[in-house]
Amino acid sequence: MPRTSPVILFLISAAWLAALGLPLLSIAPNRLLSGQGVSLAALLHGWRYALLVPALVLLAAPWLAACAPGRGLLLLGSAMLSFALLALCGEEAQWQSAQDGEGLLRVSFGGGFWLLQLLLWLLLAELLRGMRLRMLWLSAALAPLLWLLERGRLDALSLAQEYRNHQDSLALALGQHLALVVYSVLPAILFGSLLGLVAYRYPVWRKPLFSFLGVLQTIPSIALFALLIAPLAWLGAHWPQSGIAGVGRVPALVALTLYGLLPMARSSFAALTQIAPEVLEAGRGIGMSAAQLFFRAELPLALPVWLSGVRVTAVQTVGLGAVAALIGAGGFGSIMFQGLSSSALDLVLLGVIPLVLLALLLDVLFRLALSLLKVEP
Amino acid sequence: MKRWRDYRGALLSGAVLLALTLALPYSSALFSSLFPELERPLYLQESFARLLLSHLAIVSASSLIAVSLGMGLGAWASRPHGQAFRPLLDSVLALSQSFPPVAVLAIATPLIGFGEAPALIALVLYGILPVVQGTMAGLASVPATVTEAARGMGFGSRQLLLKVELPLAAPVILAGVRVSVVINIGTAAIASTVGAKTLGLPILVGLSGFNTAYVIQGALLVAGLAIVADQCFEGLARRWPSLPVSA
Repeated sequence: MPRTSPVILFLISAAWLAALGLPLLSIAPNRLLSGQGVSLAALLHGWRYALLVPALVLLAAPWLAACAPGRGLLLLGSAMLSFALLALCGEEAQWQSAQDGEGLLRVSFGGGFWLLQLLLWLLLAELLRGMRLRMLWLSAALAPLLWLLERGRLDALSLAQEYRNHQDSLALALGQHLALVVYSVLPAILFGSLLGLVAYRYPVWRKPLFSFLGVLQTIPSIALFALLIAPLAWLGAHWPQSGIAGVGRVPALVALTLYGLLPMARSSFAALTQIAPEVLEAGRGIGMSAAQLFFRAELPLALPVWLSGVRVTAVQTVGLGAVAALIGAGGFGSIMFQGLSSSALDLVLLGVIPLVLLALLLDVLFRLALSLLKVEP
Repeated sequence: MKRWRDYRGALLSGAVLLALTLALPYSSALFSSLFPELERPLYLQESFARLLLSHLAIVSASSLIAVSLGMGLGAWASRPHGQAFRPLLDSVLALSQSFPPVAVLAIATPLIGFGEAPALIALVLYGILPVVQGTMAGLASVPATVTEAARGMGFGSRQLLLKVELPLAAPVILAGVRVSVVINIGTAAIASTVGAKTLGLPILVGLSGFNTAYVIQGALLVAGLAIVADQCFEGLARRWPSLPVSA
């Protein structure tokens, strides 16, 4: 890599602009009032000037990024800066809360903090590009965060306070959300794959099936959830022992399953059609029966494409599950909407962060499984 | 004659949506027979036509911005001087896929305030991504032989982009725009939780007041609008099929 990449320079200049122009923290007298922004420059005094060391390393990027040791230094610099910013915020929050006698003060991350962290992490990803074990290095860069959390250095921040106040409802939401995802993705996999198989075996059904599923996918989630309320309420009224109700978990599960059908049907259809006809010919040639051909040749060859369909379905369902909170199905969406209705950003984040983490985790797990099958997703 | 056939689905669903919007204000009798327990079976706070129009306004404004920004960004990342940024854009796109549109809306609101502005910003932010993705994929799908031939015929890089590459990439870009607009219609409905006046309003009012009739009325129109938009793109895609380019 002889020339400095413009991407690195762009990310670092954007990070400097974010550090100088946007508030790093926001301090509010209580939970419901909106806060006053505090810039990074206002927070620097005493030992905190040490923060500038990794920042200066980044400033030297035009010279450093050209050689391998310099890139290593940049890598260390951006990881350290990300950690130091977090530590700084935690410490400032502790100090501010100690000043405040009533314990109502709220110190939250400002826009500058989130933007800086995003830019620093994109910088890390860019610097690690093409390196082996990239995911491992990126997760190693998370270790300092865990250390700060474990030592309680971040406890005074508003997000941590919201977490302590809503610990029970968060655990409940996690259970509900996982149940929503599992109980809708599993039937979607089953029925979607069957539909894909039908489309593969019977070409007549192909067009009407995919048009129908396409229209179904087009209907916005909030409308589909809402349209299911009346028929399911009617079903519940006429068949009380079933436990079906118009609002709550049942319509959410039905709608999420319906949304999963299209990606599953499409991917299982694509998975079966991408198999080279020569392979099937050869299988038939060596005397495989139809069942043998399906289980020994078609299924293993179709598995990778099918699995990436499962990945799309699962990640999509996690996101759509948030909307299900509107019809009373619970999950992380309920915390998010609760925060939204009381305009408490930290409560919104308490719902959004685990939601995104869950989606990312599923994504990474499926990509890992796919790479074990030694194919590109 | 043939031209209309491509838009049959769009015209049909459009007519149904229009009829539904106009007929709903007179459907009080129908809904009161369906839900005899409800005192007010028809959403009357705002007229449905007005909600539909303001829903359309917010979606078209945000989609217009998202499409122009997204196509510009995608085209730039496909040019030689923007090429270095491609992996970065790919990481951002991959990251955004695990970020549901509702989350963008939820975070934008406390930062910007309630009303139409946060909804518009969230819709633009989320709408850009599929367009960027479609533009990059579309431009990448143009065979090198074609661009070489055009260059050989004396096309400048600007002409090449506008007259050769973008038209050839159009079907893939259009698919990206379609995804962006359809998602925006759904997210705009949810945006009524943050005070934007859209078709989601009757749904939310109905949900919080246990009025299933309101919920159905809003949901029918939202679903109808999304299907009409999707069918319009379906018609466009048929008029504009991918050219059979042999590499």
